[in-house]
Amino acid sequence: MSDGALLALTLAEAREGLGRKQFSAREFAAAYNDAVEAAKPLNAYITPTPERALAMADAADERLARGEALPLDGIPIAVKDLFCTRGILTTAGSHILDGFLPPYESTVTERLWQAGAVMLGKANLDEFAMGSSSTTSWYGPVENPWRRPGDNRPLVPGGSSGGSAAAVAARAALAAIGTDTGGSIRQPASFCGIVGLKPTYGRCSRWGVVAYASSLDHPGPMGRTVRDVAVMLQAMAGHDIRDSTSARVPVPNFEAALTGDIRGMRIGIPKEYRVDGMPKEIEALWQQGVDWLRAAGAKPVEISLPMTRYALPAYYIIAPAEASSNLARYDGVRFGLRVEGESLEEMYELTRGAGFGAEVRRRVLIGTYALSAGYYDAYYLKAQQVRTLIARDFETAFGRVNCILTPTAPSAAFVIGEKTDDPIAMYLNDVFTVPANLAGLPAASVPAGLSSDGLPLGLQITGRAFDEETVLRVAGVLESAAQFRHLPSFVAEGRR
Amino acid sequence: MIEGRTGSWETVIGLEVHAQMISKAKLFSGAATDFGAEPNTQVSPVDAAFPGMLPVINRHCVEQAVKTGLGLDAEINLTSVFDRKNYFYPDLPAGYQISQYQQPVVGRGRVSLDMPGGGRREIGITRLHLEQDAGKSLHDQHPSLTYVDLNRAGVGLMEIVSEPDLRSAEEAGIYLRKLRSILRYLGTCDGNMEEGSLRCDCNVSVRRPGEPYGMRCEIKNLNSIRYVIQAIDYEARRQVDILEEGGRVEQQTRLFDAERGITRPMRSKEEAHDYRYFPDPDLLPLLLDPEWVARLRGVLPELPDDKKARLTVAYGLSADDAGVLVAEKETALFFERAAQGRDAKAAANWVMGDLFGALNRLGVGIDGSPVSADQLGALIDLIGDGTISGRLAKEVFAEMVTTGADASAIVEAKGLRQVTDSGAIEAAIDAVLTAQADKVGEYRAGRDKLYGFFVGQVMRATQGKANPALVNELLQKKLAG
Repeated sequence: MSDGALLALTLAEAREGLGRKQFSAREFAAAYNDAVEAAKPLNAYITPTPERALAMADAADERLARGEALPLDGIPIAVKDLFCTRGILTTAGSHILDGFLPPYESTVTERLWQAGAVMLGKANLDEFAMGSSSTTSWYGPVENPWRRPGDNRPLVPGGSSGGSAAAVAARAALAAIGTDTGGSIRQPASFCGIVGLKPTYGRCSRWGVVAYASSLDHPGPMGRTVRDVAVMLQAMAGHDIRDSTSARVPVPNFEAALTGDIRGMRIGIPKEYRVDGMPKEIEALWQQGVDWLRAAGAKPVEISLPMTRYALPAYYIIAPAEASSNLARYDGVRFGLRVEGESLEEMYELTRGAGFGAEVRRRVLIGTYALSAGYYDAYYLKAQQVRTLIARDFETAFGRVNCILTPTAPSAAFVIGEKTDDPIAMYLNDVFTVPANLAGLPAASVPAGLSSDGLPLGLQITGRAFDEETVLRVAGVLESAAQFRHLPSFVAEGRR
Repeated sequence: MIEGRTGSWETVIGLEVHAQMISKAKLFSGAATDFGAEPNTQVSPVDAAFPGMLPVINRHCVEQAVKTGLGLDAEINLTSVFDRKNYFYPDLPAGYQISQYQQPVVGRGRVSLDMPGGGRREIGITRLHLEQDAGKSLHDQHPSLTYVDLNRAGVGLMEIVSEPDLRSAEEAGIYLRKLRSILRYLGTCDGNMEEGSLRCDCNVSVRRPGEPYGMRCEIKNLNSIRYVIQAIDYEARRQVDILEEGGRVEQQTRLFDAERGITRPMRSKEEAHDYRYFPDPDLLPLLLDPEWVARLRGVLPELPDDKKARLTVAYGLSADDAGVLVAEKETALFFERAAQGRDAKAAANWVMGDLFGALNRLGVGIDGSPVSADQLGALIDLIGDGTISGRLAKEVFAEMVTTGADASAIVEAKGLRQVTDSGAIEAAIDAVLTAQADKVGEYRAGRDKLYGFFVGQVMRATQGKANPALVNELLQKKLAG
């Protein structure tokens, strides 16, 4: 098979091709290594690992030859550079982790390697996963493989898992893993025209994932199809005794949930999600999604999630508060960057001042303030109360419906640098995705159409806790109905 | 009470004791906790707060805390929460300490103190919570650099907070000894202050009797009971002097300078840290099963107060003697073993007298005693069955301490068996009376005091081995003549 044909395969197709020895895992990995190299202009990877990829592919080939294939044998994936990988530079997109080689492997990546997956490299991201544009990385911004037709300005891939999303969309990775704290898997999936799933909190272990906001961080899969994402999740999910917040619940067969049958299912349509200033085309796409699901035999039901309007402010208290504490360990004492000073305090100040970018410093300051004596009750405690109410809103809604359909983001990808100076405009990107993080619910973004300026737009399915099966099933129906076959200009025009 | 120039002052003291739990592994990681290991050899990536590392609570440590709570007669909170206490310091790798702030695992309890003049004082326990220890900053390894040893980082501590119920430095000392004794009985903390297993912060204020509490100062990190007493005495006097000069005591955190015997300010209220406590999102609330707590309660060992009560009843000991014997669990065990089926008062006297004296001279604890409880018991048996006299027994005991040999072996080897043959004793008496004919005359003329002299002569003639009762009986008969 030609490289182009190999790279066009979905994960499910590649699994079959490898199983039937139509091509070897080594050939496949080599093609992807070349694609990673060719995609360099996108800056989707911080650290490509081509040799590691070939070695892992060889091991997969041996198992395939013995007829002992593992579920992901020979599947080349990108790993968001927030997952610690043993002996491989792990940066979190930050200067402060200069030269950090973890002496351990994150649970999720360990499970993926145990399932036979092949590592292409560490994907770029917003620094410490703080952002919605993948422009805050110390290693430079990631470029979206999509461009507006007739407009040469580079666009953001969304964030913070923008490198993962861009790599998958540009066919420089077959699938990827990301993390989602306020939308960091789903929003870039929407911006790049791929599928992204944020599982239930506790479904995938956080052990070995550089922490941003512990109670909101969710590792999850990104891929080209709903099925690909289901297969990835299967390998990633499961209880981990090393993560006290990981859930002791059985892991179902996610692929088996893709029956395409949603007849009789009740789909919640929250009326509060019609936010001010949302483009008409997004509202139209949302309506299109409702129609597709109705046509497939589901029943749309209007629901109310009144607390939604407080989700974003609550998120931007809780996440920075946890971050301010989680990032205290980057002090120059034990690993990463150290800038020497005359005194201990000066070393701390110089190291953290030089090591953290502006957005990270902003959130650390906000979080420190929100937790300070005299402000704790007004900010952090209040935000936690809002969080409880948001979760209760969802519970009430799920008494009537099986899942909830909304847009993923209030806009398509924007030009790099466009919202960078306005943190509030940037934070608004997360308005539809944040509630599922606050409530810990599973949610997926599926590419559903193109904006008027030719950019992908996603729809989001949110489900009950630990009911990824319904999310995936409905997402699969949307995917079939949408028939999203558009390719990003980077691929279509062969810019690589 | 402190007598000042202007009248009496009452000292009010509350203690925060940090007790290191007996546990092979740390509170949230599997790393070892042995004291005195090479620096930075007992550190896991969790302890060093490497990126992505997560804490997992050590079940054994929770058990130790709950046991301690039960031993302090305290409420056990079936739901408790771990919080982060945030501050920067190189020996605190994560930049926060995992502790329990608003919902500790153990609530209100009490400790009962036996006061020196008799009587009891009950000291309230406010709470006990679980927290991690920090590492150690070593400032003496290099002229300009500080070294950090993380072996201790993450080791489990119980912080035991008392109510401000203590009224003098001596009382604080009694409280600490009692608390340490309880912890040792429970096996939850070795109480070794030199190794830092037990450290104490003292909150001290003074007031006129009957008035509201005065402003308090906290003296940090005292690691011996002697220092606690010195520091409180100094601090209370300092505060009285300020108040009597018409000044105001400022709320401060102070350090004790052991060399100079004074406290000095570390930081004032304005400089106090804002610890930004919040619930640790990496840990779920700690939920205890009431049945599990009940099981722990059921297997709780006998504690000092109960043991003391039992010893007074079962062995007829005085409260004071029982109090001395139960202060250390090992002493009580030793005593009970030595006293089993024997004259308990004699056993108590041996333990508190000759044994304690010998241990003191040797500078060892009862665990290092050269004479075992069984050996002491056998010695007491030899007295009881008349094999040796009480006086010779002391010599035998001294020999046991030196050689570790059994009493019977020493008695045999040295021929110390008591002479109970009345013929031999009579012969010895006759010889003495013949040699001291003048004195016999004086005695018979009315100098009764000479009786003791004759006994002594007879005992000397028999190398102390003559049975004293027989000597008495025969001597009186002969003198009566």
